[in-house]
Amino acid sequence: MLLRRRDVLCREAVELVTDYLEGALSRRDRSRFERHLTACPHCREYLDQMRVTIALLGRVEPESLAPEVRDELVTLYRRWRA
Amino acid sequence: MDDDAELVARLQAGDEEAFVALVERFHAPMLRLAGAYVPNRAVAEEVVQDTWLGVVRGIARFEGRSSLKTWLFRILVNRARTTGVRERREPPVDPSREPAVSPERFAASGGWARPPAPWADAVDDRIAARQSVTHVVKHLSELPDGQRHVVLMRDVEGLSAREVCDVLGISEGNQRVLLHRGRSRLRGTLEDEMGRG
Repeated sequence: MLLRRRDVLCREAVELVTDYLEGALSRRDRSRFERHLTACPHCREYLDQMRVTIALLGRVEPESLAPEVRDELVTLYRRWRA
Repeated sequence: MDDDAELVARLQAGDEEAFVALVERFHAPMLRLAGAYVPNRAVAEEVVQDTWLGVVRGIARFEGRSSLKTWLFRILVNRARTTGVRERREPPVDPSREPAVSPERFAASGGWARPPAPWADAVDDRIAARQSVTHVVKHLSELPDGQRHVVLMRDVEGLSAREVCDVLGISEGNQRVLLHRGRSRLRGTLEDEMGRG
């Protein structure tokens, strides 16, 4: 996303968060975004909340594999290979 | 990748232990991903079993051009799409604007009118964090299809952007749009929850 030369507005900053975290902003846009963050505690909080959201998603555990499911797949495996 | 290469060689040689290792690592994540495509648990289990059959039949032709995980997930998504009643291909990214934050929260100047209230401390608390994970899982399941698939693969399963593009056959730009919308919505639901607490 190309930003015009003026400062980034909060309304625009919230749309840049993912590109920022993904390293997808140009160097110029990145420094503008970071300059905005330095000046704006609300957008810093917002970025922090996005990071917390991502961290929570990373803590979702898959259910554990039931032994009978594993055994069934092993039985199938032997049949498929036969 | 080296781990992959060794595991693939053993699978190609018909090593049953290697198959079990693969099942232990990927069965549950695959079940979760299948669940994002098909209407119920029973169908998701069928899709995953069908995927394992595809893996056993197809491993001889696996050339390591993608990671083993990407290859597995691609087989899974293809099976799920042909089985699922919800969609047959990835829905196109809706180009209409979906703001990350409701426009009402900003003043005419573009600055915050109602800024986000801090909640990092509440989430750091262990019990609150566990509740928040439960909450985020519930709302993840309610995201629109494309957003749900991308957020699940990126943030829950830990695939890279490149891998998600490979699995879903979408561009990097669309991947980022879906990721952004999905994450933004989830942050919003968490904010609502924090506000109630």
